[in-house]
Amino acid sequence: MPKNQLDAKYDNEKTTDALKKAEALGFSNEDLIEMYKTMIKIRLFEEMADKLYALGKVHGTMHLSAGQEGVAVGTGTVMRDVDYLLNHHRGHGHFIASGADINKMMAEFLGKETGYCKGRGGSMHIADVESNNLGANGIVGGGIHLAAGVGLAIKLKKEERVVLVIFGDGAANQGILHESFNMSAIWDLPVVYLCENNHYGMSADVTRVSSKTPFKGRAEAHGIPGYFIDGNDVLAVHETMKEAVEHARLRKGPVFVEAETYRYFGHSKSDRNLYRTKEEIQAWKEQDPIGRFETLLIEAKVINKEDVDAIYREMNQVIEEAVEFAENSPEPDPSEVTEWVYA
Amino acid sequence: MPEITYRQAVKDAMVEEMRREERVFLIGEDIGIYGGAFGVSAGMLEEFGPERIIETPISEEAIIGAAAGAAMVGMRPIAEMMFMDFILLAMEPLVNQAAKARYMFGGKATVPMVIRMPSGSGTGAAAQHSQSLETILMHIPGIKVVAPSTPYDVKGLLISSIRDSNPVCFVEHKLLYKTKGEVPEEEYTIPLGVADIKREGTDITVVASGIMVQKSLEAAQLLADEGTSVEVVDPRTLKPLDVDTISKSVKKTGRLLVVHEAVKTAGWAGEIMASVSETPAWDYLDAPMRRLTGKDVPIPYNRNLEAAAVPQVEDILQEIRSIVQNQY
Repeated sequence: MPKNQLDAKYDNEKTTDALKKAEALGFSNEDLIEMYKTMIKIRLFEEMADKLYALGKVHGTMHLSAGQEGVAVGTGTVMRDVDYLLNHHRGHGHFIASGADINKMMAEFLGKETGYCKGRGGSMHIADVESNNLGANGIVGGGIHLAAGVGLAIKLKKEERVVLVIFGDGAANQGILHESFNMSAIWDLPVVYLCENNHYGMSADVTRVSSKTPFKGRAEAHGIPGYFIDGNDVLAVHETMKEAVEHARLRKGPVFVEAETYRYFGHSKSDRNLYRTKEEIQAWKEQDPIGRFETLLIEAKVINKEDVDAIYREMNQVIEEAVEFAENSPEPDPSEVTEWVYA
Repeated sequence: MPEITYRQAVKDAMVEEMRREERVFLIGEDIGIYGGAFGVSAGMLEEFGPERIIETPISEEAIIGAAAGAAMVGMRPIAEMMFMDFILLAMEPLVNQAAKARYMFGGKATVPMVIRMPSGSGTGAAAQHSQSLETILMHIPGIKVVAPSTPYDVKGLLISSIRDSNPVCFVEHKLLYKTKGEVPEEEYTIPLGVADIKREGTDITVVASGIMVQKSLEAAQLLADEGTSVEVVDPRTLKPLDVDTISKSVKKTGRLLVVHEAVKTAGWAGEIMASVSETPAWDYLDAPMRRLTGKDVPIPYNRNLEAAAVPQVEDILQEIRSIVQNQY
């Protein structure tokens, strides 16, 4: 166990037998392989993004989520197409897990006209409103108030959707979380709050800057059910998120899930990792969500080593194609710089 | 034409739009039984019920965030800030989210919402309940700013604001709520971005908005007796700004005075003067362009100090006289 892991018991049951858990969750072997593939796709996308940055092909900064794939895929497999997503700045994984077209993502990354936001948003503001993805957010906690409004709209329109708002441990210390919790609790809004606790808000250790961890007590103080879970156990994340989303979908009000995980890359590209040790990062890598899932799948004979290699080759190919698409895409026309300020 | 109050015009516009379009709802503090801090929404709860007259906790950031979130997924909220000063608590959702979503997302989002906010001094509420913060809002691309001065303009502009597909800040001067004016019974709208000449004149153009329109018209009437012909132009919408109407007026009169209640430094008077100076009206100026504004102070409590902090009719008279007499 990494020494900075939070001292609290997880509310999800550790996955020790992938097949047993898969059966309980209604997953086939193909579903499990699909989840594994998506996790790899996210990891390789992040590694490629890092490489493109190093090559000077990415104009701005970016916030990579490698290490957090368990939360992304465990959650993405629960959400329906009709559900709304309000993502955070470290949200590539969640977007990919919700079915994003990685060609358009990569193109946005490179600031191209074919990107999701036509090169106007970049990594930090990537959105796809048509598919109910209401955007990543450059403001820490910037989706938390919007979530109350999206939940309110769902309620007023009497729809069977939910809104999932994802934010980090840093955002949990923004005052707006209290306002939003209160509002969605008094109005019984179908809001699923997912706090992805990766231990650091930039360089700030969550336990140093937070009065009390885990954060679920803050939700419970508003009468909102709270869960604290192992975010690196993808099936366990799915299990809890399924319960949480169902709670919101059945109009029982908002719900809060905090998934403990870890990021391997620095906060952004200016980060020199001065605030943590190599040993700490290594200890968390031993809890890697992809590694853990892979071990379970191999133990259960869902896949073998050759399958793993084949999946990596396939996903690498998909990422290479995305880079090719992005690199061959046109730049936005500077004469259109003032388009879309107003509707 | 029947005469109604400015307050009634705000309410009528909201009520008519809510009857017409079910996606419109009102959200804010104490807007139900209480009827809003200024009584604007009195009676609306009875007609529309708590599902559309949504009373909130005292959480301005969440109110504006919730309005923006609801607007992004197809609703058309009207949010009421009890006082304009309180929008400062909600600048994050307004400026970083609502104003930018469309642009950041490559034109694929719309955020149709109105934020109504009572502004201005004159009630003895002092520094934190009396500000005129239009300039702060005008500075943000993606936001429109409307500041009506008459019941007729209120109703026509508020209906247009509710139907607009952008975040619109609708600034209501609280001393105008009781003022009356003619408003047609049949439906009408006033397009955003079109100024109105409130009084025609030939010697000087006075650009004013909100309560300063009434004060400027009073001054113009008094000056007419002295033989000075004052044209009063009300931009009505501060953003987008109808520079064309203003510059044409300046071309005609050769003089410009801009009057606003907001403080001088970086106030919108400077924006209007700069905009006029970029047009051919510049060549027609017979005197330097001048501005008469609130002093660079927080609004004080004492009645006389409060009045001294913002332009009064007498100040406008003096300023116009000095300009037309070339004594500046």
